[in-house]
This record gives sequence, structure tokens and C-alpha cells, in this order.
Amino acid sequence: MARAISPRRKWTITVIAWLLGLAIFFPILWTVLTSFKTEGEAIASPPSLVAFDWTLANYFEVQARSNYFKYVGNSIVIAVGSTLLGLLIAIPAAWAMAFSPTKRTKDVLMWMLSTKMLPPVGVLVPIYLIFRDTGLLDSRIGLIGVLTMINLPIIVWMLYTYFREIPGEILEAARMDGASLAKEIVYVLTPMALPGIASTMLLNIILAWNEAFWTLNLTASSAAPLTAFIAAYSSPEGLFWAKLSAASTLAIAPILIMGWFSQRQLIRGLTFGAVK
Amino acid sequence: MRLKALLLGTSFLAVSGLTAGAETLTIATVNNGDMIRMQKLTDDFKAKNPDIDLEWVTLEENVLRQRVTTDIATKGGQYDVLTIGTYEVPIWAKQDWLLPLENLGEDYDVDDLLPPIRAGLSYEDKLYAAPFYGESSMVMYRTDLFEEAGLEMPEAPTWEFVADAARKITDKDNEIYGICLRGKAGWGENMAFLTATANSFGARWFDENWQPQFDQPQWKETLDFYVNLMKDAGPPGASSNGFNENLALFQSGKCGMWIDATVAASFVTDPEESTVADKVGFALAPDNGLGKRGNWLWAWSLAIPAGTQKAEAAEKFIAWATSKDYLELVAEKEGWANVPPGTRTSLYENPEYAKIPFAKMTIDSINTADPNSPTVDPVPYVGVQFVAIPEFQGLGTAVGQQFSAALAGQVTVDQALQSAQQLTQREMMKSGYIK
Repeated sequence: MARAISPRRKWTITVIAWLLGLAIFFPILWTVLTSFKTEGEAIASPPSLVAFDWTLANYFEVQARSNYFKYVGNSIVIAVGSTLLGLLIAIPAAWAMAFSPTKRTKDVLMWMLSTKMLPPVGVLVPIYLIFRDTGLLDSRIGLIGVLTMINLPIIVWMLYTYFREIPGEILEAARMDGASLAKEIVYVLTPMALPGIASTMLLNIILAWNEAFWTLNLTASSAAPLTAFIAAYSSPEGLFWAKLSAASTLAIAPILIMGWFSQRQLIRGLTFGAVK
Repeated sequence: MRLKALLLGTSFLAVSGLTAGAETLTIATVNNGDMIRMQKLTDDFKAKNPDIDLEWVTLEENVLRQRVTTDIATKGGQYDVLTIGTYEVPIWAKQDWLLPLENLGEDYDVDDLLPPIRAGLSYEDKLYAAPFYGESSMVMYRTDLFEEAGLEMPEAPTWEFVADAARKITDKDNEIYGICLRGKAGWGENMAFLTATANSFGARWFDENWQPQFDQPQWKETLDFYVNLMKDAGPPGASSNGFNENLALFQSGKCGMWIDATVAASFVTDPEESTVADKVGFALAPDNGLGKRGNWLWAWSLAIPAGTQKAEAAEKFIAWATSKDYLELVAEKEGWANVPPGTRTSLYENPEYAKIPFAKMTIDSINTADPNSPTVDPVPYVGVQFVAIPEFQGLGTAVGQQFSAALAGQVTVDQALQSAQQLTQREMMKSGYIK
């Protein structure tokens, strides 16, 4: 039986939800506001929220100093490329683990996750040497490879959880109708798990987009993505906060817009199986 | 068929022409005002060297340091020119990671480089990096607040005077703090300031046998002085303030004094950014009458990594960027106040440059710093605000965390010094300096 919620309680919950939402969003809002200030106003104390001379000068300066579109292009290629490659490997892997588990499946899953527990800097030098010797330094292909490896455990785990929610009988029925393994995965499993796959994909794109250790360490100029673009505006000697904010706003804008449009899919996928 | 062959031939020629014609140098640099200005002025270099293209990789200082260290240690060859400081140069030169600069050209005039800076960038009498801009530290103070308090800043103040003045000026109700000093933990943050200050108190990191000296009274005196002064006259939350935070405080009129890098002078006197631009005076870093002042020495410099294939073009670029002509080019385009300071004697002999309010104090500060004899007693290391050994980055930051905690009141000065002594001793034993 559903419990009746009093209007007052509903209002309180709504207000709390809005306040929490605003608190979480505030750093981004502040970054965007700062990007429209002059450097002097950016450090003014007390700071002004909206009553300042709005200027686009920082954006022009940032674009004049570094070609934003080169970085954003690299970010898109690397994030999307590593996600697609990851899905290509992870879907069959998660299928095998969800529908044909063996005695060791749980151990394999744990082992995959354990690779995430190593601090990345621990393997920086070996990976750097491999990249140097194979000519992959400062290349997009190299970064796609590394980011795929890094995010693969998360993709497999997420997909495994979604696949487990799908009744195995449906796949059996397809098999009875003579579907091959490939057909079973492509035509039966994938469409049914689409919300899960979509949210895994979106989450992985976000993770790859924001990855700032390998993308900074393995690139110099030609494959450098937006993380390198932002790093160029941070300065230990000199206040360039307005310019840094403009660079940050430009860097997060594409992913924020993508998240905005796909939020329904993202939430549906993330809460998939939460209520049985 | 003929047409095809012709097309093929032409395109081959075009491609080979392109590859032979343009050599691209990848330059790793930091996001400091002078470096950004250099990027804007590279048309002059390209006009003089049409066969060399420049690709800039600008990164935040700590990211750059990590990135460049990985590349140079593995001979990755990603960069042709590196921006590094006086800390790295002697260590990397010793490891054979850098190429000596021996062909900077006839009109380069190496002898014109300021002697302390040149000494900091040389190893076994060979120059391994050319200074792009040099800096020391000095006192910047508010002339109006000093006048109101009836104080007069001497050109070479003592720590006693600075502490008294700071306490007199402080007016916490109106958010005026007598002195702003670095407190954020880091070997290049609070430890740059505190190591340089400790020199003027007669303290040192190590004795001649590499024994850590944090258990000596000079360190206790230094740290007690610093913590008490900041408690009485410093801004709240000082333990998280670095250069930028103090710059923001000073520019918005909240600091009576600020002791920090000489490069800050051009920021605090810039009317577009600073609310106190016309009320700033300069003085040498303070001393305690022991013969050493609390100022440091640093030079952002350009060097060539041993892994590069384009050493000749790289050296041409370095010669251009650190030449006398470059200084004149900046003066012509952006005014004398924006010329990269602290590298050449001739700049300070120039009557035009002498008119800049902070020019004299900068050169005097640089000249009083001696990286080979940084403190009162002899030491086995080189470096004023750092110890030029590879272990120092980690060590300096670990000790810096202890001192920052003491400033925040989380531990006492004695506890901080004891921990610093223990962790330094452990690291030095592990690295084989002491048994």
C-alpha cells in the first residue's frame, strides 16, 4: 500500500532536493560565472555573483592562444573510440560471465576489478617505455588502447550486472529457434539490454573524457585532449583564474550538453534493476 | 600514364620538400606571463629561421615537471626544448640528460649572464641551460599603511623590524594583515620561503656530513618566529596560502607586507589587476645580522634534452629566446616593465630599464643570493631555497607538510621539527648519504 505524503512534506523534500542539486552544481556554475569576469574581478573579495562587467575576452584569448577545436577533436576521438572498443570486448565477456558462469567467474570478476586498485603512476614508466618503443607516444590510437584497458573492468562489471537481470530462458528460446551465438548476442541480448549498454557507454565516455593522468602523461602536442588544454591555463605564478575558468567551461561544455540530453537514458540505466 | 607519373613525381617532390623544409621543434613550457609573451613573439624567430616551426606544449608547473621527468628519464624524445629551473639543471646535467649549450652563437655574449644565475645553471663549468627569466625574493610593502603607522621601511630591513611593523599595521577588524607569507605545503611552496628564511637565521638542512639539522636551535628559532608572527599578524587560513593566494590578498589590499618572488612586482604594480598598484614599495629580504639574507634564487631556463634529434635547431631557438635582442624586442612591443627580468647584466645597465621601480631591488636581491654558499655555516649541497639532490622534491614536501601543520596549529613547533628530523634522517639513510 502506498503511503500518502502530505503536501508539506513534499515541499520540504523538494526544497532539500533543490538545495542539494544546487550545492552539487555550484562549483560548475561558479566556474562559468568566473569565465565572464576580468582577472581583477575574478579575485575580488567579496566576490560578486552577477553584478560585474560581463566580458567574452577570456574566451577570445583562450581561443587565440590555443586551438580549442584540435583538443576537442582529440577528446571526442579518444573518448568515443575507447568506449566502442571497450564495448566490443566487454559485451561478449559479460555475456559469458552472466549466462555461462563457471566456478571461477566470481574470482575473474574480482581480479578484473583489482586491477583498478593499483595507482596508475605505479605502471607509468613501463607503459611509457612500451609506448616509446612502439611509436605510440603522443598518438590517439595509443590513448584509445590505454583508456580501453583502464575502463574495461568497469564496463564488464556494469554489463554483467545488467545481463544478470535478463532471464536466461529468453536466450534459450532463441537458441531453440536456431539462432547462432553471434545472432543471439546481437539480435536478442543487445536489444534487451540496450538501456544498460547505453548507460554504460555514456558513463564510460564521461570517464574517458575526464581522464587526466594518462592523457597528460602520454601526449605532447598532436594527440593532446582537453585535459592538456586545461592544464595549460593553470599557473603557479600569476593569477589567470578567469582564463582558466573559460578553458574549463569550454572543456566541460560538450560532455555537459551530452549528459543533459541523455540524462533520461543515463538515469534509467543506472537504476536498472534497482527495484525488483 | 605519363600524367600519372608526372603527378606522382610532383607529389613526391612536394612531400620531400615539406619534410626537408620544415623542422618542427616541440617546446615544453610553463604558463607564466613571460612565457606566454614569448609565444606571442615567435613570429620574429620564424622570420629569422623560416625552416624551423615551433609547437608549444604549455603545462602547469607540477604537471610539466612530472611529464618532462618521465620523458627525459626514459629518453622518450617527445620534446626538443624544455623549460626547467635551477633545481633540475645540476641534477639532470650530472645524469647526462641534458646537452651542454656550446653553440649559442658569437653575438650571444655568455659573459653577460648574471653570475649567480649562470653558476646555478652550470655543471662542471659548462652551461646546460640558458636563463629565460631569473627571480629572487624580496619584501613588497604598502607605502600608505607604513606612512599611517609612522613607519619607514629601510632598504635592507631586519627580521625584527619586519615583525614589529607587521604587528603594528595589523588591523584584523578591517581585514588588514601585517604580513602575508606562504604556508601551503610543498618543496616549491612553503619550503622555498622557509628554507631561504632559515638561511638568514643560520639554519641549514644538512651539515657537511649530510646529517639532518632540524634538531638544532636555529631551526627552532626560525619556525617559532614564523608561526608566532603569522599568528599575530597573518591572514586567517594562512597554512593553505601559496604564491597565488597571497598575490590575490595583496592585490585586494589586505596585506601590509608580502615577502615573495621578485616576479610578483610586475603583477602588484599593474593598475589593471591590482587595487594598490601605486602604493607598493620594495625592500631587500630581511636578515638577522648573520651575513645572509632570506632571499632565494630561481631561474626558469631553457635546456635541450639528450634524447632530441633536433639539437641544432633547438639551440638556435634558445639563443634567440635568451638573447639581448629578445629583451629589446619585448621592450619595443610591450614596454620595459614586461621584459623578462634577472638574466643579463646589460639589462640593468640600460638607463631605460633603470626607471622601472622594481628593477634595482630585483638585481640587488639576485646578487645577494649565493647557491654555492647559501647559509652561514658550510653545507655539502648547492641551492638556496632547495637542496639540489634528487631526493629533495619528496623530502621537501614531506617536511613542508609538517611545517604547514605547525602553522595551522595541528602540531607544535617542536613536534613538527622532530618529525622533520626523523623523516629526513630515514630518507638520507635509505638513499645512502649517511649510515
